This record gives sequence, structure tokens and C-alpha cells, in this order.
Amino acid sequence: MLINILGIVLILAIIWWFWIAKKPLLVVNTAQSVIKIIVKNGVYEPARIKIPANTSVTLQFLRHDPSGCAEYVIFSNLNISKQLPLNQPVDVVLNISEPGEYVFSCQMNMYRGTLVVA
Amino acid sequence: MSTAICHDCDNSDNTENKYYRQLIKKTWFAALIAGIIFITTMFGLVPPLNDPAGYLINVLYAILSGVVLVYSGRHFFIGAHRAFLNHVATMDTLIAIGTGVAWIYSVIVLVFLDMIPPLAQHTYLEAATVIIALVDIGALLELRARRNTSQALELLMKLQPKTARVLRDNQEIDLDLKEIKIGDLIRVRPGEQIPVDGIIVEGTSDIDEAMLTGESLPRKKSSGDNVYTGTLNKSGSFVFRVTKIGAETALAQIVNIVQQAQNSKPEIAKLADRIAAFFVPTVLVIAILTALAWYNSSLETRYIYMLITSMSVLVIACPCALGLAVPISVMVGIGKAAQYGILIKHANVIQNICDVTAFVFDKTGTITLGQPRVIEVHSKTGVDKNTVLTLAASVETGSEHAYGAAILAAAQSQHLTITPANELFTIAGLGISGVVANQKISLGNKGFMQAKNIVVDELQNVANNCAQQAQTAIYVARDKELIGIIAIADPIKPNAVQVIKKLHDMNYKTIMITGDQTTTAQSIAKQAGIATVISEVMPATKAEQIAAIQQQGDVVAMVGDGINDAPALAQADVGIAMGSGSDIAIQTADVTLIQSNLNSIIDLIILSQAIMHNMRQNLFGAFVYNVLGIPIAAGVLFPFFGVLLNPMLAGLAMALSSFTVITNANRLRFLSKSKGI
Repeated sequence: MLINILGIVLILAIIWWFWIAKKPLLVVNTAQSVIKIIVKNGVYEPARIKIPANTSVTLQFLRHDPSGCAEYVIFSNLNISKQLPLNQPVDVVLNISEPGEYVFSCQMNMYRGTLVVA
Repeated sequence: MSTAICHDCDNSDNTENKYYRQLIKKTWFAALIAGIIFITTMFGLVPPLNDPAGYLINVLYAILSGVVLVYSGRHFFIGAHRAFLNHVATMDTLIAIGTGVAWIYSVIVLVFLDMIPPLAQHTYLEAATVIIALVDIGALLELRARRNTSQALELLMKLQPKTARVLRDNQEIDLDLKEIKIGDLIRVRPGEQIPVDGIIVEGTSDIDEAMLTGESLPRKKSSGDNVYTGTLNKSGSFVFRVTKIGAETALAQIVNIVQQAQNSKPEIAKLADRIAAFFVPTVLVIAILTALAWYNSSLETRYIYMLITSMSVLVIACPCALGLAVPISVMVGIGKAAQYGILIKHANVIQNICDVTAFVFDKTGTITLGQPRVIEVHSKTGVDKNTVLTLAASVETGSEHAYGAAILAAAQSQHLTITPANELFTIAGLGISGVVANQKISLGNKGFMQAKNIVVDELQNVANNCAQQAQTAIYVARDKELIGIIAIADPIKPNAVQVIKKLHDMNYKTIMITGDQTTTAQSIAKQAGIATVISEVMPATKAEQIAAIQQQGDVVAMVGDGINDAPALAQADVGIAMGSGSDIAIQTADVTLIQSNLNSIIDLIILSQAIMHNMRQNLFGAFVYNVLGIPIAAGVLFPFFGVLLNPMLAGLAMALSSFTVITNANRLRFLSKSKGI
């Protein structure tokens, strides 16, 4: 019985942590025009960024992760993709007018980040 | 958004090579330890755990496998930890939990051996180490296969030399490309690649543009001709003036288009993307449910089965194969197309091309060579033919229209004296008028004459004859009187007939759309073998005609090159621009055929179908792999056949799944181009 309860608690914990819990959000004010995003150990850091609409913002990706998966960052909704050479900053300049959530990811969708435009 | 060609990539390459070498070391170490533990355990060389020698050997193996996890598998654990903190679960999460649980369970068995039921007294150290070794081998294979996927783009990028021989202060000096400015004079010697775009100012040479356009024959170029970055100077030495540098060169723009397109995703990938986003946490839940299902079974060995099955579920699941299935085919396929001089701007185009039912061709420059010339000048009785040509050429002086250039060239070849006209007035698609020596000269098609109330009956037979011979009749009027007709012909391209026939053989409809008069258009279409003609179309209404064809249920690919084709290219389901066409046509189009060769349309169809087929194979394979693999790993076959999947086999399957997807996509690299037709 105890094992069953533990299993169900674990499942609920997984659902809560990965799908429901609030993810850390980096809020960018309008004066901050360059946001540095480090690609390391399988993740983008920060991975969830809030930016203002109708404002030019530069996302500067710096890839330290040598895994092939991290080689490209793709903004599917914005039709933007950039190759990320190792240890070289790559700028993605954005000016998004439509508020909403814009996902950026690697080719395989394993590295994932979100731009929250408000 | 533009991309300069990367000259600072050496550092990046070195780091990647270093990573590759490190991964090889880690894999060798894991494979060595895994091999020892696996062979001795599987072949019964290790005594049971309750034997002191067997216990000691297992303790030693626990230490060794712990070192493997820390040294060869550290990146999985760090990745899983970082992802967890970001509320994300990745491939690393699955491997780290799968191998970590196996190792921790084994250590618990060793530490609390007396408290563990006899049937559960078993370690899984060989599984943990073999899985790490196999997944590392999989990563190595994937890395090697990935290098090949971007080979086409790398070949293009490497075309640009790093230095150029610049003429400054009467001296020739080798300068880094960063120091080259627009307007610089650069010398290119035989055998050298052209470093930036420019115009030849001195010298003549044969230039091989094959790497850029796919066209194999070198082109003779001399003063006034354009030269492009990355093309090869075959024979003479020449000097050219720099017109474009950095991201503005044709090569950089091609690289940029290809790079953007290679990472775009067609609609078919959307489902895989949606699944990938939920995949890993779902697999974690399935692994727990699997363990619970076995726990609630009445089997004596249920604790062991809980561990084996949940570990297998975690290890066999492969979100990477699913996520990679479409992008990797797109990457290789679009790169391959670029090698053939076909620039595809978005992966969706590949899907759309496969749905096309009708090809609509613009006439001038697409079906015809786009080099019209005057065949004959007809004049009204009492009017000198040279007068007709002189007046027409005077009105056409400075005209950008191909027919105007043909009239001007004919007049110049006969050394006629041309007086540029005043008060020029043009109606696109109809004609042009102007004043020459106080006479109002009008030239254009029949509609233009009728609009000006000029009677054309006297030369109507001449015009009819022209039309029947696929010649365009340009009416010339002085004040309100028709004085002659200039017959202009634009021969069809040599391969137009074969390409149209091939399209018919492939069951496509073919349509030609032109502003030309009906009889001339029909005559040209007949020569080319095109079934349907839409003629006397005003440039502004070409897009409406495309929309009308679409309304009849056809999926339309429009092939054109002129500025006036841009709206039609945009309206079509797939817009295809000939590379020699206007910039606006190329910008609007979904596909650009750099060679301006109609054969490239067949290549485009064959490539698109092959890429689509490859994507479907990959998607199907990745879906089936996961849909079948996860339940088998969970043990669904056990009630029927009494078999469970060994976690090590699950690891092998996972390691091979991504590699298989990439290798399948790499087959596109060997796709052979349609050899002419």
C-alpha cells in the first residue's frame, strides 16, 4: 500500500513540477536591450524571459554546451534560426509587437526556453 | 538578420574537436569497464553475492561502475539536474534516472544484503555501465553523422578565400577580407577563387561558377561583367572593382537563405514538436506506473521486475529520434538542393511542391530565352522601312523593356541616326509613345493602337502572319497613322520542350501566362508543348489569373522572373523565380533557380519528393520505435511470452535510434540529380 501511495505521490509531483509549477521568469525592463542567455548543461539560462512588446531586444546566446543538440536555436513562431558556434556570442535581435508566449528551442525540442511578450 | 560567412569558426571547431576527443575517451573507459563487468557477470565468472569472493567482486564492480557514472556519464547527471531546476525534463533526465536508480539499488543490495529478500539479492551494475557506454557510443555516432548533415553548407562557406590581393598605391598587397572596402581594386590570378563580389575593370577570363550555381561550364567574362564570391578563376588574370562585401555578397546571402531554410520546420513536424514537449515527463510517469503495475502483481520476483521494467522504459524512450526526424531530413535535403543551384526558402515549400498539380510559366525569360530580336520590319506602302525602325528606336531610347532593347539594337546595327524622343508615356503591357521631331510616335500592341483610335486594318494580314510564326507584332504609328509593324521573336529555351514533356509525363498540368497577343502566345506554347495559354494578360492581373486557377481546385506553382511576376509568385502556392530574374521576383519567390535552367524544376520536384519521403520514413520510424518500444520495455509481452526486455538491450536500441534517423537523412546526400532529361 505504502509503495502505491508513494508512486502516486511521485506521479503527482512530476505533473506539478514539470507542467503546473511556475517557472522562474527573468523580467527585462525596457532599458535593458541585451539579454545574455547561456547554453550549458542541456538548458538555456535564463529559460523564461519576459520582454516588453514593440521594443527592440537583443538576445545574446553564448553556447558553452558542446553537445550537437545545442548547435542551433530556433524560434519556430518567428521563423528565426541561428547557428550557435561554441564559445562565441550570437545575437538575435527581436522586436515583437504581438503579446504572447514564444518558444525557442534546439532542433530536437529538448533545450527549451520561452519569451513572454507583454 | 543577414549572416556573414564565418571566419572565426576555427576556435569553435577546436572546442568541438576537443569535446569529440573527450567523448571518445569517456566512451572507451565506459566500454572497457562495462565489457569486464558484463562478460564476467553474464558468463557466470562471478560467484553469487552470498559467497565472500562474489561479494568482494561486486563491491569492486560497484566502485568501478560508480567511476564510470561519474567520469563517462557525468554530463547526463549535470544536464538532468540543471534541467530539473528549470522545470524541464530531457533525454539526460531519462538516462540519469535509469542508470542512477540501477546503481543505487545495487549499492543498497550490497550494503544491506542481509535485509534483502534472497530473490532480490541481485546487482545491476553491468546494466548501469553498459547503458552509459552505449549511450555515449550513440552520441559519438550521432556527432559524426551530424557533421555530414551540414556538409553542403560548409562547402559553400569554405568557397570564400580568407585574403584578397588588393591594388593600393601602385602595389599589390594581400589583405584580410575584413580590410576590404567597396570600391577597392582586386587582382585575381588563374586558379584563385574570387574573394568578394564585383565588376571586372581589366582583363578577361573563364570563370567556373559551378560551386555557386551548379552550372558546370565556365563562363567567359570580361570588362563590365559581374563576378561573384567563391567562384573560380580558371584561366586569365583580371582586376575587378569591389561592389559588395560581407553579408551583402551573393554567396553570403545564399548561405543565409540556406541556413534559415535548413532550420525551418514544415507543418508535418508540428505534431512531433508537440509530442516532444510533453514526452519526457510522460515517460517518467509511465515508468512509475510500470513499477506500480509489477508491484501489484502476485509474482515472487516482482521487486526485481519493478526495477528492470521501469529502468528499461526510461532508457528505451527516445525523444531525440522523434525531435530529429523532420529537421535532420530538412537540413540535409535543403543543403543538397543548394548544391544543385536550387534555393528553397522554407521547409514548408518542400511539402507544398509535393502537392502541386499545375505549373504556370511566365513566357518571356522563362519559356523563351528572354533575348528578343527584330526579325523583320514591315512598312506601309510609301514609307521607308528604315524610317519605321528609326522612329521606333528613338522612342525606345533608354527603355528597359526587352522589346525596346531589341528595336534599339536593330537600329544601331544598321547605323541609323536615332534622336531620343520627348514626352515619353508608357502603359505597362500595352505600349509606349513619345514625340520625335514634332511627330507623335506610338508603338505597342493592337490594343494600344485601338485605345488611340489608330486604324490597323491595312497591315492586319502582316500582323496575323507574324503571330502564326510565334513573332510579336509591334505596331508603329506616326501621329494617328499606322506606318509599319516590327516583327520581334524571342526563341524558346532549348530544353523547354523536354521539360514540359517531362512535366506532362509526371501528370502535371502546364499553363503559360503572358501579356502577348493570343495567336503569338499560342504559337510559342505550341512550340514548347504547353497545353493551356492565358494570353493578353495585363501585368497587374497575373495574380488574379493564378487565383482563378487555384479556385478551380489546382495547387499552383508559378515560374517567373520579371518584376511584374512578383504578385503572381506571391499568390501561387509555390513561387519559383529564375535566378537571372529581378531582385523583387527572387525576394518574393519561395524557390530560386540560380542557374535559370528549366531542368532545375524537375530537379526541384525530384528532390522535394525525396525529402518528403525521407521525413515520413523518419517520423514513422521514430513514432513506431517509441510506441512499440515503451510498452515492450514495460513488460506487456511478459503475460503472453514470459519475456522481459533487458535494460541493456533497451540502451542499445536507444543509442541506435537517433543514429538511424540521422543516417537515413544522410542518404539524401547521395541523391543523384536528374541528368538532363
